[in-house]
Order: sequence, then structure tokens, then C-alpha cells
Amino acid sequence: MLMLVCPYCGVTAEETEFAPGGEAHLSRVGPDGSDEAFEAYLFARANPKGVHLERWRHAYGCGKWFLAARCTATLEVFGTYPAQSKGPPPAVLDRIADRRGAGAAARVGRGAPDAS
Amino acid sequence: MSDVTVTRATPQGMVTLKLPPGDVAWGPALAALGLSVPAVRRLERAGDRAALWMAPDEVLLLVPDPAAALAALAGPLAGAHHLAADVGAARVVFAVAGPRAREVLAKLCPVDLHPAAFPAGSARRTRAAQVACMLWAEAADDLRLSCFRSVEGYVADLLTLSADPAGSVGLFRA
Ligand SMILES: [Zn+2]
Repeated sequence: MLMLVCPYCGVTAEETEFAPGGEAHLSRVGPDGSDEAFEAYLFARANPKGVHLERWRHAYGCGKWFLAARCTATLEVFGTYPAQSKGPPPAVLDRIADRRGAGAAARVGRGAPDAS
Repeated sequence: MSDVTVTRATPQGMVTLKLPPGDVAWGPALAALGLSVPAVRRLERAGDRAALWMAPDEVLLLVPDPAAALAALAGPLAGAHHLAADVGAARVVFAVAGPRAREVLAKLCPVDLHPAAFPAGSARRTRAAQVACMLWAEAADDLRLSCFRSVEGYVADLLTLSADPAGSVGLFRA
């Protein structure tokens, strides 16, 4: 069972209160983008075994979107943070570094290349 | 002899109020109804009125007369980007009361309903089995569940089944 803390409610709730929204921190490709870039924006998603950043919505609670850093293999949650973020906050990156090593934290850090 | 009662409350006036988080109109708007702004996941009650925290930008008002409440809100909300709407007709409220009330709801909702985790004055949205609902605690053993009127029969059946004495599991008993 995946448990997430909604950063708006501050409540720790179980997965069935939330709706998943897929990979976080996608950059929208605008009208000047190539067909290939737009296709990648629409369809190409990272699918790592390990640390991943995702969008979730507290659908049965406050209704707000937020972001979560978790391990797709173990369901360990490294932290959740508001949707109005360009990348995981330092506390979340520190937690990822503690649990999965500095390389994993650097991979999902702000400005890092997309996870393959 | 029953240690839990489930009753459908009389029709409850409800007004949804949405304002940007931290907007200066929050205080004056709720003060116009004799209420203060509820803290996160809390209920503020004053007599027959209450304000329930729903989200950073949303409070649900329980009021005896929604039209009068909307009129009272109009002044403080003038000029503020807001939504105030009478939503009571869309919803029903069940009162689940007695020493076994928390257990009856804990079997339906993915919420820690231990008295220490959900004390009197707590409020939150969640789900009851397959439908959305709101829960709040008027007192330690007086809990309320509100759902959409369209699923009233489903929720009434859920509560009846969950409250059956044969299904008692003794959760949260001292
Ligand atoms: Zn929430």
C-alpha cells in the first residue's frame, strides 16, 4: 500500500484517496517545436526502476495536485511537495541521497537531464 | 442498548466558499456569519453555524439559512475573486453517534479515526467505500458523514451494514 502525505492537507492518506497523474516536471513543447519534440512531450515518458518524480492529485481530499518522489520498485516515498515547484526541494533530494545515493539524487535534481 | 446510532440529519443548509489561499476577505467573510477561519482540517462551530476546512482555497459553511448567509457574505466578498454557492440541496448528512461510531466509519473510510488522530473538531474529505464523502467530529463520539444526495441510498446501506451489532470488532474501545 502506497501512503502519501498531501502537502496541502498535511494528512497522510492511502493510495485510494489519490489519483495518479504520471511523470512530473514535463516541459511543454510550444507551437515552434518540431513534430518529433511534440510527440515526445505527449507520449515519451521515463519509466525508471527506482527513484521517480510523479504528479498526484488528492482526488478524495482537498482536490489539489502535488508532486511526489518515490521508488517505483519498493514504493518507498522520499517526500511530497507542492505542484508549484520546478524540482524537488532540498529536503527531498537529501532524503533520496541518503536512501539511494548521491547519483540517484543528482539524476532527479533540478536541471538534471531526463531520466532514461 | 445500542452502542451506535445512525440517523439521517434534517436537511442541512450548506454554502461552499472559495477564495484564494490567504486572501484578506477570509476573516471578514466568516466574521459576517459569526465564525472564525478554520485551521487546516478543522471545524469552527458557533451555535447552529459551522465552517469546515476543505482545501487551502475552500471552506464549507453549515448554516440554517443559505440565502441569508449568501446575503451576509456579499458585502465582505465585494471585489474579491471568489465563489459562494448554495450547495445544500446536493448533499445529505448522516449522524453516526455512540461509543461504536468511530468503528462504524473506520470500516468504510481509509482514515485513522482513533480519537487522538481525529479528535472532536476534526474535518476532512475522504471516501466511504466507493463514493466521495466528508467526515467531521462534532464531539468525540458524535461523527457526521455527508455525501452527495445521488448516492444517499448506497451510503445508508453501507452505514446500516457497518453498524450491525454482529459486525462489531471492538476497535477504539478503552
Ligand atoms: Zn490534500
